[in-house]
This record gives sequence, structure tokens and C-alpha cells, in this order.
Amino acid sequence: MKVRLLDIAHARSGDKGDTANVGVIALEPEWYPVLANHLTLDRVTEHFRGVIDGPVERFELPNLNALNFLLHGALDGGGTLSLKTDAQGKVFSTAMLRLVLDVPDTEARGLGLPGHKEWPEYRRAPKE
Amino acid sequence: MSTSARQDRIVRVASGQGFWGDWLEAPRRQVEGGDVDYLMLDYLAEVTMSILQKQKERDPNMGYARDFVGAIESVLPAVANRGVRVIANAGGVNPPACAAAIRQVAQKHDVSDRVKIGVVTGDDLLPRIDELIESGHALANMETGESLSTVRDRVLSANAYIGSTPIIEALGKGANIVVTGRSTDTALTMAPLRYEFGWADDDWDRLAAGIIAGHIIECGAQCSGGNCLYDWQNIPDLANVGYPIVEGHSDGTFVIYKHPNTGGRISVPSVSEQLVYEMGDPRSYITPDVIADFTSIHLEQVGDDRVRVFGIKGRPPTDKLKVSIAYRAGFKAVGTLVYAWPDAYPKAELADRVLRERLERLGLKFDHVLTEFVGVNATHGRLAGEPHDPPEVQLRIGVRGTDRASIERFTREIAPLVLNGPPSVTGFAGGRPKVEEIVAYWPALIDKSVVQTHVEVLA
Repeated sequence: MKVRLLDIAHARSGDKGDTANVGVIALEPEWYPVLANHLTLDRVTEHFRGVIDGPVERFELPNLNALNFLLHGALDGGGTLSLKTDAQGKVFSTAMLRLVLDVPDTEARGLGLPGHKEWPEYRRAPKE
Repeated sequence: MSTSARQDRIVRVASGQGFWGDWLEAPRRQVEGGDVDYLMLDYLAEVTMSILQKQKERDPNMGYARDFVGAIESVLPAVANRGVRVIANAGGVNPPACAAAIRQVAQKHDVSDRVKIGVVTGDDLLPRIDELIESGHALANMETGESLSTVRDRVLSANAYIGSTPIIEALGKGANIVVTGRSTDTALTMAPLRYEFGWADDDWDRLAAGIIAGHIIECGAQCSGGNCLYDWQNIPDLANVGYPIVEGHSDGTFVIYKHPNTGGRISVPSVSEQLVYEMGDPRSYITPDVIADFTSIHLEQVGDDRVRVFGIKGRPPTDKLKVSIAYRAGFKAVGTLVYAWPDAYPKAELADRVLRERLERLGLKFDHVLTEFVGVNATHGRLAGEPHDPPEVQLRIGVRGTDRASIERFTREIAPLVLNGPPSVTGFAGGRPKVEEIVAYWPALIDKSVVQTHVEVLA
């Protein structure tokens, strides 16, 4: 099943020099294993290919149901050197959440993961 | 307050400023909205020191965060009459001048007998930089490995990030306003907790807890509902957002909360988002006092807008301090124009091609030219996909280089496009783009033993 990261996680990003960090946090604690198992270094590297110039690093924080990614060469030199609108990597978080994972159907249904619908039919349901 | 730690005692450290330019209302709201013991105010970002250094060169009485003077004025009754203590890294590259300005405010309000200002210095390495290089401290760039000598003649400021110890010394000497230079953001919160609870300087787990408390509140409302993606539509009353407060306990556990009748939200998701902000390797958050392990943090919602934080582990720090060096790195300018429907995006693309061709024919020298189409790809690049016939697109083009004349000329090439480029263009009311000097950041390390801090308490 196709599962969009936006539907199972939230995120925040920041900068350190020319590196953007993206912390990805599962919306429900029981969904953390989906991130841990499917949001791999290769998958994220492929997602940002052509968007960043450097390699990606990945760290796990099971205590926060979160992963942390370092995207090197992401900020056009970073800080004051950068000519980018997002010179400090503030919204790389939401670029990450566009990523669509392939999760085996049984795993996805067992966890009640929301399936991904294509834009523009897709609308996120408001929460209670 | 005494340093003897009673087990049941709590110490409340409120965050009133997440960066220089944050909400002017926040400090006063933090001391008036309920009881707090300390107010911490973080003013310094990576390049702030260089801006302050330039100001100090022009006027030896400047070089500190001037907003702090207004902040102190707004909280002075709480400091003078209710025993609230303030800790801020507002001193920038001139803590003594900052302290003098604060003293004047206290005199003006006739409370100088009740205000003791602690001044922390010693982080400024600029006057010593040649001596340090000569004695073998290369101050090599942590990211590139380059020696500082390659940019030595362009260095504007150099400051070591210092930890909690001098702040504690100032508190111990009775200061109720502590002004520092380049203290770490986290030390501003950890220091009062360590001081009040008498934590030993090798009590790694508690020190790490203090650092993580500092990390959570150092960006102000960014942990209490501000910039929070999780359930953002339903976060209440952001106009009245409450800034975070640490309710610290002697065992190193703490609760993040905010004053009653304020907006925003403190929840496990809101705190989690702040915890991962600007994170590197989560197992090694290195500070001058301790290395904190973010994989040991546990969060629990223990009430409305109350999150308990516990389980934190720390280990001994390294024998180095990080040094923040700023140097002149050329010039840049960014110009924008807005193109309207129909065909907003192709018009903006054509304008970009026309502009680039003109820049090339003029023989201008740039190290880098970057075009973004705001509304199409500025924030997400190719990940945004093809645009769906947007009503307008902003062409945003930036140039960077060391030849100031080329950058100046670039700023004259934007406006003509309004009449001699593609049609349906607007949004040039702001005038010609400004040429900015780039002050770039050079992170380095230095032996701790080289940096001696000094504490003075003004009676």
C-alpha cells in the first residue's frame, strides 16, 4: 500500500551550516516501526536526489518515536552565504513529508495506516 | 534563595526570548502571568556576534543586543520587588556596556539598590586571535578543515561558546541580572537549575537534564504551539501564545508548562518537534558542561499543557570549546518580480532567461546565481512537481560574489524588466534590491584551558 509520510508523521527542520536536519516523528507511537523499517537511508537519499548536493545521515530516536536525518549540502552554502528563500532549512521538514512509502498491505492494514490518495482529490481529515 | 537543595523544592525558569527579534511582549508576560524564579532571554544567533562587532567598531559603547534594555525595563518591577532573576546572553561582544545600560535603567526607575548586575566576560577571542594562531591553535574550520589563516584578514569576530560555570559564579555573588556574551543558549537555563539544586560539576545526568530543558525552551514559543506542524489547525489562541517555563526538580526531572489563560499548546508532539530542531547526532549533544544523550529523553503528558521530561543521561564533555568566528565573504543581492496569470510561470521563466542573458553580455562576475520561482519550486524544488496554472509566480533571483561592482550592477537590471521584458509583471514597489555584505560563519574548536572567563558583579 502507498502511504504518504505526511499522513503518518510530523516533522521539524533546522540548519547547521550547509546541512539541514529533518526530524520525523510518528503521529501515533505504534506507527514508529513503519518509519524505522521503511524510511531508510536509501529511500530518503533517493527522495532528495537533485534537491541537495551532499550525502544523507540517519539516526534513530525510538524514545521519541522519531528519526533524525542530516541532509548535507542542502542550503546553497548555508546561513548568510545562501541565496535560497529557505536559507535556514526551515521547511525541508515538509519537503520530506511528501515522500510516499511502500508498506506491505498486511502491515499497513494491521496498523490502520491511512492510504495515500493523489492530489487534488486528497484532503486531510480534520482531527477531533 | 539559598543553594541548599530541599528535595521537594521546584525552580521555575521561564523563556522570554527565542532570538533577537522575538516578541517584545514575551518577557513581561512571563513575569506577570504567574510565579517564576528565573527569566532566561536568548539573543544570539551564529552571525549576530559579527553584526554587534561592527556596531562596536563604530561606537565603543555599543555591541550588545539593545532590545534587552527594553526587555529589562518591562520586567524591572518583578526583578526589584519580587525576586525574579534574569539571565541573558544579551551582552554580545560588549557585556560591560550592556550592563552599564541596564544600570541606567535601574537608576531611572530608582531601584538600583535592588539590582545587582553580574557581567560575564572572557569569551571574546578576537583580540587574542593572532597570539592563539602563533601558539599553535589553528582554529581550523570544523566542516572543511581549512586553516583560519586563509581568511584571517577578513575576520570580524571570534567568540568561544562558554558554559554554565561563570553564570553560577555570578548568581553566587548575588547578581539578580546576569549578562553574558557568547554563552551557549542552553547554559542560560541549565545554570540556574544547577545553582539552585547544587548539582555537582560531574553530575552528568542532571547536568544533561538541565541542558535539555534549555534546548526545549531556548526557542521560546517554538515548543508551546508556535511553528508546530502537528494538528496546527486546532492549536488555540496563538495571538495570546504562552511562552514555555521549566518547572525543575532537584532529581533532574522537569515539567514544561506555560502560564494559565495563555494560548498555544504544550504537548508531547509540540515538545518533540522542538527536541529534534537543529539536531545532529542525537546521542552526542555536545556542550561545554556535559554531553547530553537525546535518545534517553522520555516525555509524558501529565496535565493540560504540562509535559514531564525524565530519564535523561549525560556523560563527560570534551576538552574543547566551540568557537564561533565570523568573516567577510563578499556580497550578495536578491531581486524579485511578480508575474500574473495567464501563463504566470512561463512568463517568469522567460524573464529569468532574459535577465541572465543581459548579465552575461555585461560581463559581470558572480560566484553564484540562483533562480527560484516562488509559488512553484522555491521551498521544495523538484519535489513540488509541475505547477497547476498558478494565479501568480514570483521570480526571485539572487547573485553572490566578491566583485561589489558586479553585484551593484545586477541590482540595476531588475527594474527595466517591468517595461522591457515579458508582460503581466508587477510587485516592484519596494525599489532596487540592496547590496548586502556577506558575513559568513566559521565554526572551530579550541582547547578549554585557553579560555578564561571572568565574572564581575556591579554593586
